[in-house]
Amino acid sequence: MSNLPPNPFVSQPGANANPVQAFNHNQYAQVPLGQLPPGYGGLKDNNSNSPLHGTISPQNNAIQNINNFNQSASSSPAFNQPGLVQGGMQGSPMRPFPQSSKPLNQISSPSPVFVSNPNPYTPNYQPQKQINDNVPPLVPPSQHNQPLVNGPPLAASMPNPTSSSYSPVPPLNRPPVGGYGPSSINQYGPAPNTKPSGPQSLPIQHSTQFPGPPLAGPTNIGTSVPPVSRNVGPSVPGPLNPPYASPISGPVTNPPISGPHMGFSVNGPRSNALPPNSAVEARPVGLNGPLPPVSGPPKQFSSANPLPMMPSVSSPPGQPYLNQPVSQPGLNSNIGSNVPTALIPPMNQNIPVNQQAGPPSGPTGGPLKSNMQSRYPQMPQASYNQQSAPQQSTKYPQQYNAQGLTQQMGQLSVTKQGFDQLWGHHMIDLLQTRHILPEYPEDPPEIKLGHQFADSPNCSPEIFRCTLNKIPETNSLLQKSRLPLGILIHPFKDLNHLPVIQCATIVRCRACRTYINPFVYFVDAKRWKCNLCYRVNDLPEEFQYDPVSKSYGDPSRRPEIKSATIEFIAPGEYMLRPPQPAVYLFLFDVSQIARDSGYLQVVCDVLMSNLDQLPGDARTQIGFICYDTHVHYYSMGEGLARPKEMTVLDIDDIFLPSPESLLVNLGERREAVCALLGALPARAAPAPRGPAPPASALGAALQAAYRLMAPTGGRITVFQTCLPTAGPGALHSREDPNARSSKDVNHLNPATDFYKRLALDCSGAQLSIDLFLLNSQYSDLATLSGMSKFSGGSVYHVPLYSSARPQHVRTLQRMLTRYLTRKIGFEAVMRVRCTRGISIHTFHGNFFVRSTDLLSLPNVSPDVGFGMQLTIEESLSDLQQVCFQAALLYTSSKGERRIRVHTLALPLASTLPEVLHAADQHCIIGLVSKMAVDRCVSASLAEAREALTNVAADALSAHRLAQNAPAAAPGLPAPAALRLLPLYLLALLKRKAFRTGTSTRLDDRVADMCSLKCLPLEQLLRLVYPALYPLHALAPPAPPHDAPCPPRLHLSAERINSNGAYLLDDGECMIIYVCHGVAPAFLADAFGVSAHAQLGDEGRALPRLDTEPSALLHAFIDKLNDDRPYASEILILKDNSPSRHLFLERLVDDRVESAFSYYEFLQHIKSLVK
Amino acid sequence: MAFSFPAFAYIVALITDAFLIFFSIFHVIAFDELKTDYKNPIDQCNSLNPLVLPEYLLHLLINVLFLLSGEWFSLLINIPLILYHIHRYYTRPVMSGPGLYDPTSIMNADVLTSCQREGWIKLAFYLLSFFLYLYGMIVVLIAA
Repeated sequence: MSNLPPNPFVSQPGANANPVQAFNHNQYAQVPLGQLPPGYGGLKDNNSNSPLHGTISPQNNAIQNINNFNQSASSSPAFNQPGLVQGGMQGSPMRPFPQSSKPLNQISSPSPVFVSNPNPYTPNYQPQKQINDNVPPLVPPSQHNQPLVNGPPLAASMPNPTSSSYSPVPPLNRPPVGGYGPSSINQYGPAPNTKPSGPQSLPIQHSTQFPGPPLAGPTNIGTSVPPVSRNVGPSVPGPLNPPYASPISGPVTNPPISGPHMGFSVNGPRSNALPPNSAVEARPVGLNGPLPPVSGPPKQFSSANPLPMMPSVSSPPGQPYLNQPVSQPGLNSNIGSNVPTALIPPMNQNIPVNQQAGPPSGPTGGPLKSNMQSRYPQMPQASYNQQSAPQQSTKYPQQYNAQGLTQQMGQLSVTKQGFDQLWGHHMIDLLQTRHILPEYPEDPPEIKLGHQFADSPNCSPEIFRCTLNKIPETNSLLQKSRLPLGILIHPFKDLNHLPVIQCATIVRCRACRTYINPFVYFVDAKRWKCNLCYRVNDLPEEFQYDPVSKSYGDPSRRPEIKSATIEFIAPGEYMLRPPQPAVYLFLFDVSQIARDSGYLQVVCDVLMSNLDQLPGDARTQIGFICYDTHVHYYSMGEGLARPKEMTVLDIDDIFLPSPESLLVNLGERREAVCALLGALPARAAPAPRGPAPPASALGAALQAAYRLMAPTGGRITVFQTCLPTAGPGALHSREDPNARSSKDVNHLNPATDFYKRLALDCSGAQLSIDLFLLNSQYSDLATLSGMSKFSGGSVYHVPLYSSARPQHVRTLQRMLTRYLTRKIGFEAVMRVRCTRGISIHTFHGNFFVRSTDLLSLPNVSPDVGFGMQLTIEESLSDLQQVCFQAALLYTSSKGERRIRVHTLALPLASTLPEVLHAADQHCIIGLVSKMAVDRCVSASLAEAREALTNVAADALSAHRLAQNAPAAAPGLPAPAALRLLPLYLLALLKRKAFRTGTSTRLDDRVADMCSLKCLPLEQLLRLVYPALYPLHALAPPAPPHDAPCPPRLHLSAERINSNGAYLLDDGECMIIYVCHGVAPAFLADAFGVSAHAQLGDEGRALPRLDTEPSALLHAFIDKLNDDRPYASEILILKDNSPSRHLFLERLVDDRVESAFSYYEFLQHIKSLVK
Repeated sequence: MAFSFPAFAYIVALITDAFLIFFSIFHVIAFDELKTDYKNPIDQCNSLNPLVLPEYLLHLLINVLFLLSGEWFSLLINIPLILYHIHRYYTRPVMSGPGLYDPTSIMNADVLTSCQREGWIKLAFYLLSFFLYLYGMIVVLIAA
């Protein structure tokens, strides 16, 4: 620890002087320290232990662009590495109480020692929040448990967001047309005559709610819903979300509406007999029947009794649905959720007329992201459309009238849909749903286990996800569904709340070695049944002990049983050798191209400033090797005032000149290291010593690194700028620049297995190689990436790097800072166990597969994810559930052996529709992209592209089969759970990795493939389908949020309005696209320029101004940066910038010369669906 | 009783075939060990790879003898396997040493099963051809 003195977190390694500081969460603070058993030291993961935690967000805001993300902060070595366990203390890294004699006395207690989160034992412990705590709750807690797709409650809740204006039943299939605000209004236009004028007038006269109901009328009418459909409404059980009620009531209090309840009903306004309003409502009436009955006394509708409602409501077809299912409390919620959406549209502010609508948005802003809306995006969209109608008409000229009409006409079997909905089986006609992308992030589909485990905490979807949330019972059922079955794991993710346990024996199944987890079955108090192999095991005596009450009994109170993600501090039997120290070796390319690029200065500077943050303990070692055509070693041993360079000329038979002084202890030889880092860039500077050799002997340097590090293991970081052309592992250029846009791409396979063999050797020696490729010309990444791929490393690629470009420098700095300071696990292995009957077919990611279920990961980092394809080998029909357990055994940088265990349990499905509707489309995209990369390498790019297209066609064919629909049925129906599949697949096909026809450098393509293979799902999705947000009218955030939440837009030019500004975020770069018609006031407030022309063609910095729009914009960007490893680069483009194609080429829904538009792609899929 | 060349070819084929049978048994066992986690794939590939070419060459040797001795039927039976061997070796992963098996891809479930199936099929083929050669040898000897 001596090397980390300045670090505040580490300064309290064993004994924490200030307990409250360590536990800044209230829960922890509440635990009386005296109650804690001796072992209770670091109740939380090292991650969360640091006092810094609570303060992260404020800090971030202040620091702005560079460090405003929790991740990096929480993963800083200091957080993660609690420090060496102090002598007799049970290895709890950070004790909440002073290391006084008191805990020591207690140590003698017989109990297993816990170094665990106190959470489980405190009354207010919420298992759900354990993992995700760093994320601001998107959803009110009460909604957490709502089933996403399944079951009656869901169905019931559906109508809520829609508000009275919508029929709960068909919404999914239908008017989503309107999807995202702008265009929607006019869709309804054609059908009922009065429409256009109606909606527009509405908002002007009244509060936001009004527009909703009237519009709804037309919608339903347009669809010509048969009366039957109404039955669906009542059949839906009526649970509502009371939580909604309160927020809603605020805004609802419009004069016309007599009470909160009435707000939702169509009748409310009518009863008030407001002239303008009634005019509007006459529309529905006119179509369906006489007005008077419809507008009966408001009480009738709003009153609690559903029966009377039926008849009266029936005249306007739209309302019945809403009112009935919604019943009292629900009604309110409708409004509540409705209103905010409506208000979101940025355009509101621009239009004076709408200002009225504005105010309510403040209070209601909270529910903006309510589950409902995010889960049923279409409906909120629709409602949004209605209310924003006027704005659209003014601002968005293009409309989709005809389409909206046909869509509505298309919904014929409404009853069936109603029942489908009841069971969570929504369908959507893709061809007619124009706005399919949810505006707000959706929760991943919820997993509903059988009642026995219904309350058991499942693994967080951010860590562990399966492509099918219900596992098919048999392989034939899986084949019928034609969906890929697999899991995605992000095992070493930085977590804020992670229970850490230390005990004498870790309870595991004797047969299959599964760790005890929340899904085991306790036969009696002494025995448990393994949930993977079903063996009955004995429970050790000490597992009965409940450390809080200090009593024996109920084993289910143990943290192992209460949390699906848990970390054990492993006892001695989990070590093959003493835990290794943290050893870092840096390899720098100093050939001519490297000197030209000037990267070395940047890297050395970053390295020097982060030396203290390198994860490690007092044993940390560091070393450097440079190479051009020769290999240069730097000896920094004792007795040397300055580092000594030794050059080895014989690169074909590499040797180490003085092995003992090349790797030095960072703490002891810090001055020497700093001196070297200061001197290196100058040594490699272009001028003084004449031109450097043009060749680079990477292979030889790697061999030297291997020899140097093999005895200890550790991390080798390679900075390469060109093709290695000298010594072992020399390569020659394989890329034909003229064939960059050709259809068939060659050379995706390695040219030699030199790097792979080296990586395997490294893997055996617990060495991992990370490659930073900063190339300006072809460097054969396909071959070079082998060194990282099979040694558990990562590849970072900055194409065309040049230190002359500040954006490259910034990117490299951020990348490197994160890389150097993030948590690291050494000599790791990960084993993934599955319930008997399921086995792992293929692994995806960077590692070496050592046996059928064991991955060897010499290093593991928090920024990588893994994928596994599964096969069902025997029938699972007699099982209740299927479990997967991933156990990651690693050595922390503090020399502790730890095991992190994640357990996921999934229910089974016996029918095809169940399987299809329980699919997790995002996870499927994640897995499929990895499979496609494999296919590219093993077969060809063309085959991979075809396979990607077939994924969608297969899934939809299976759905058609499940529906028993005729082959020639119109439209392209898709289960709601798979509705985004074609959209994402199309975007995937347009990724650099898979695109054809567009000029793509081979290295860029391969780098993209590497990242698809090992990025965690969330980042991967952002990369595949970047988020596009309108910026020109960011609404101030509502209280629960601290940043604006603009809706996400489709990546299509039709969303780009000439008087708007947009932000496109793909995780690597945020492009702000400013159109020429944007309001000058906005330009002045946000960018500090008075006219569009004054903006630079390619801005790289967003000024921080003292205006509200600027503050909002920065708050928004900071929020986006929050959940990624390092902040994204900002690029400001104008719509007449020469480089605007950087933005336009990301609009993947649109047609480009060589690729389909989204609609064409759907047509293509339709032709493939059989 | 003349000891003709065909008879010699069959005798050599019988002995060689016995070796081939052992090879394929070893192959099957090796992949079974991989499947059941007994062995590290790197070690296993290191022990399997050196045997691939000898097996192919032995098999080729038999057929050269058949060709020279004009035993067309026996040759015909073996031609598909020769072609398969050539194809297999031609499409092997990028490797610097001899052999077929790459430790990084061998643990893929598809590869494992197909290799094991290949082992069983070859074992059956070599066993059957062993009896065929025995029969052929007897026929040749009697005819002589």
